[in-house]
Amino acid sequence: MSEQENTEYEKYYVPAQSKLPFIGSIGLLLTAYGAARMVQGNYPEAYILYLGLAVLIYMLSTWWSSTIRESRDGLYSAQMSRSFRQGMIWFITSEVMFFAAFFGALFYGRVLVMEWLGGSSNNAATHDFLYPDWVPSWPMTATPGELNNDAPKSWEAMGAWGLPAINTAILLFSSFTLTIAHHALLEKNRQTLILFTAITAALGCIFLGLQVWEYIHAYQEMGLTLGSGFYGSTFFMLTGFHGLHVTVGTIFLIVMTLRCAKGHFTPKDHFAYEAGAWYWHFVDVVWVLLFIFVYVL
Amino acid sequence: MADHKPKGISRWLFTTNHKDIGTMYLVFSFIMFLVGGAMAMVIRAELFQPGLQFVEPDFFNQMTTMHGLVMVFGAVMPATVGLANWLIPMMIGAPDMALPRMNNWSFWILPAAFGLLLSTLFMEGGAPNFGWTFYAPLSTTYGPESTDFFIFAIHLMGISSIMGAINVIVTVFNMRAPGMTLMKMPMFVWTWLITAFLLVMVMPVLAGAVTMMLTDRNFGTSFFDAAGGGDPVLFQHVFWFFGHPEVYIMILPAFGIASAIIPTFARKKLFGYSSMVYATASIAFLSFIVWAHHMFTVGMPVKGELFFMIATMLIAVPTGVKVFNWIATMWRGSITYETPMLYALAFVILFTIGGFSGVMLALTPVDWQYHDTYFVVAHFHYVLFPGAIFGTMAAVYYWLPKWTGRMYDEKLAKWHFWLSIVFVNLTFFPMHFSGLAGMQRRVPDYAIMFSDFNMMSSIGAFGLGLMQLLFAWILIKVCILEKGEKATDRVWEDAEGLEFTHLPSPAPYHTFDTPPKID
Repeated sequence: MSEQENTEYEKYYVPAQSKLPFIGSIGLLLTAYGAARMVQGNYPEAYILYLGLAVLIYMLSTWWSSTIRESRDGLYSAQMSRSFRQGMIWFITSEVMFFAAFFGALFYGRVLVMEWLGGSSNNAATHDFLYPDWVPSWPMTATPGELNNDAPKSWEAMGAWGLPAINTAILLFSSFTLTIAHHALLEKNRQTLILFTAITAALGCIFLGLQVWEYIHAYQEMGLTLGSGFYGSTFFMLTGFHGLHVTVGTIFLIVMTLRCAKGHFTPKDHFAYEAGAWYWHFVDVVWVLLFIFVYVL
Repeated sequence: MADHKPKGISRWLFTTNHKDIGTMYLVFSFIMFLVGGAMAMVIRAELFQPGLQFVEPDFFNQMTTMHGLVMVFGAVMPATVGLANWLIPMMIGAPDMALPRMNNWSFWILPAAFGLLLSTLFMEGGAPNFGWTFYAPLSTTYGPESTDFFIFAIHLMGISSIMGAINVIVTVFNMRAPGMTLMKMPMFVWTWLITAFLLVMVMPVLAGAVTMMLTDRNFGTSFFDAAGGGDPVLFQHVFWFFGHPEVYIMILPAFGIASAIIPTFARKKLFGYSSMVYATASIAFLSFIVWAHHMFTVGMPVKGELFFMIATMLIAVPTGVKVFNWIATMWRGSITYETPMLYALAFVILFTIGGFSGVMLALTPVDWQYHDTYFVVAHFHYVLFPGAIFGTMAAVYYWLPKWTGRMYDEKLAKWHFWLSIVFVNLTFFPMHFSGLAGMQRRVPDYAIMFSDFNMMSSIGAFGLGLMQLLFAWILIKVCILEKGEKATDRVWEDAEGLEFTHLPSPAPYHTFDTPPKID
């Protein structure tokens, strides 16, 4: 928006009072309370969770549409746009660390715990007295002991070279199409921009569809569930949280497609588009790591 | 621009002003400080004598758990965020925080989170009772029903902290007035920048830990269950990967405060500014590779114990740099002893005692003796109470005249300080001895031989509790009754920093709409 030379004294936009943050906190409180009731099996109170989520969705969409309006009205300086960019980068950093917790758990379990439960170093007694019949191996296909859940006691591990490999190709290709779209944006080629952003979003949807298919296959034919010991836990939590992030990224891209169609964004000013692109590449990189460490190795 | 303040309750609910949000954070943290303090009073009343006096063991456990959680996440962290909100924009010459609406959201999540957390006290089966570290399987297989509420409360606190931290980082990187280079920033801004970085890096890991807990409890996963191929010790690793940087999150802002106050009252420039910056950054870096020193007794391989022992002792080096810099700042200064300076001095001395006991605990073979005893309790209370909390109090006395335009009652404040010093040492120093003699933490009863030390600790704790009411009265006098001399714009002779040199007292509602020039 602002093409002024002197950004030094350009006024920084400090928004007026806003009800949205307070509403958002109420939404989060309802969501948290409702979710806690729900996981405890109190389904009649699930409406609290849904109410909370509805409030949150209302709040976030109002918030973002008002920032879009403010941006279109030219209220944001170059400095403001830098604030958004840096904020997004640190947000993605925090997301990376969230996945790091689960990857860390995976490595710790695979590299150390498997060995220890199998009796290595000073753990012979653990193995001989607690789980004498269990042979450690990865991918793990049976639990060392009895679990207190109704999941199958043994299962097949998920292979890498069927659906997961196709999904990897899809996501890598989507990064490529998104980059084409981004270049089109910089070159003011709006047709290509809209087309390739839409293709990227569509690839995201296909990825999610295949992922759901894979889950159904795992649950129904392989006996692989969330309750399948440490293997099932890490497999579903890592791929599940990744899938959740792909969903968010896809929604992001759909909104970007619509905004491009409305004629938003200029080569100089397209923070939201870039943020969406960064988020998508982040989701991509996480998938590549997942493919290597969860599926292949 | 006119100094227009919105009126009524909506000013606070819907504000986007960093000063309002800072005030709300500070008030909230003080309320939580009193709530957590009341829980400590229950603990100390029960431990006044051996045997069971007032509460059931299970309720005692709930009190130790909630005391820790409320103090860490509700009192200390929000207090420093409040200071950051008030001070960082004024210190770097910015009109506000970089993302003002998100700033307000960060705050308003906290009452929701703590409402949820404290409500567990009234739930069937009681509040969480597994200690603030919520180790599995105590919190998974054996946790009370209310644990799920606790988990979501932690999620909310995490969201709040991450948003707050992002806001601080972006403000510091992007909102500095022209000429305010990174190496000209006040130390408080530096320490908070590094704190915010730590928050962004570790709060998501805590979210991961409680998420694994949630699914282990309710969805049949076995992250922390050996029967499923997991490991309860994995919980401790994930938790302490968050938990160790967390202790620096609580103390680094206090380092920044001491670095602001000591030069003012010693009437000398801060000694070794750039070494302070690098020392803070080194501490932050080291905090990521020392976490398992909390776990020396879980049966880690010896090589692991060695690594974590040596890495932990390394932290003493940059911390020593900071302590020596503070001392060198005072060397041959013309020192006066106003209340903020007294608190800053107490901070330097008593925090260092806590640091020394930390080095003792860092030694693996020694820790095997000290682990889970009152020695550990003494150690971390020395770094937190006379460390982080005295630091915060020093900051409140130091900047209160700038915030309100009035001086606090110096006489009462001196009473508050000297009595606090007596009581804080009376409370926590005997714990070193009872701990070395083998008294276990988190147990409501103890052997008769520990009676004297415990009685001393309890008397000190009650006195320390009373002192906070005196503190509240001093604050009420200034902030609500509006009593006290008018403060000058500079407030303290020779106080440095844009908030003292460029702004009147009280600081107007909006400051630095146009950035100041800094040479």
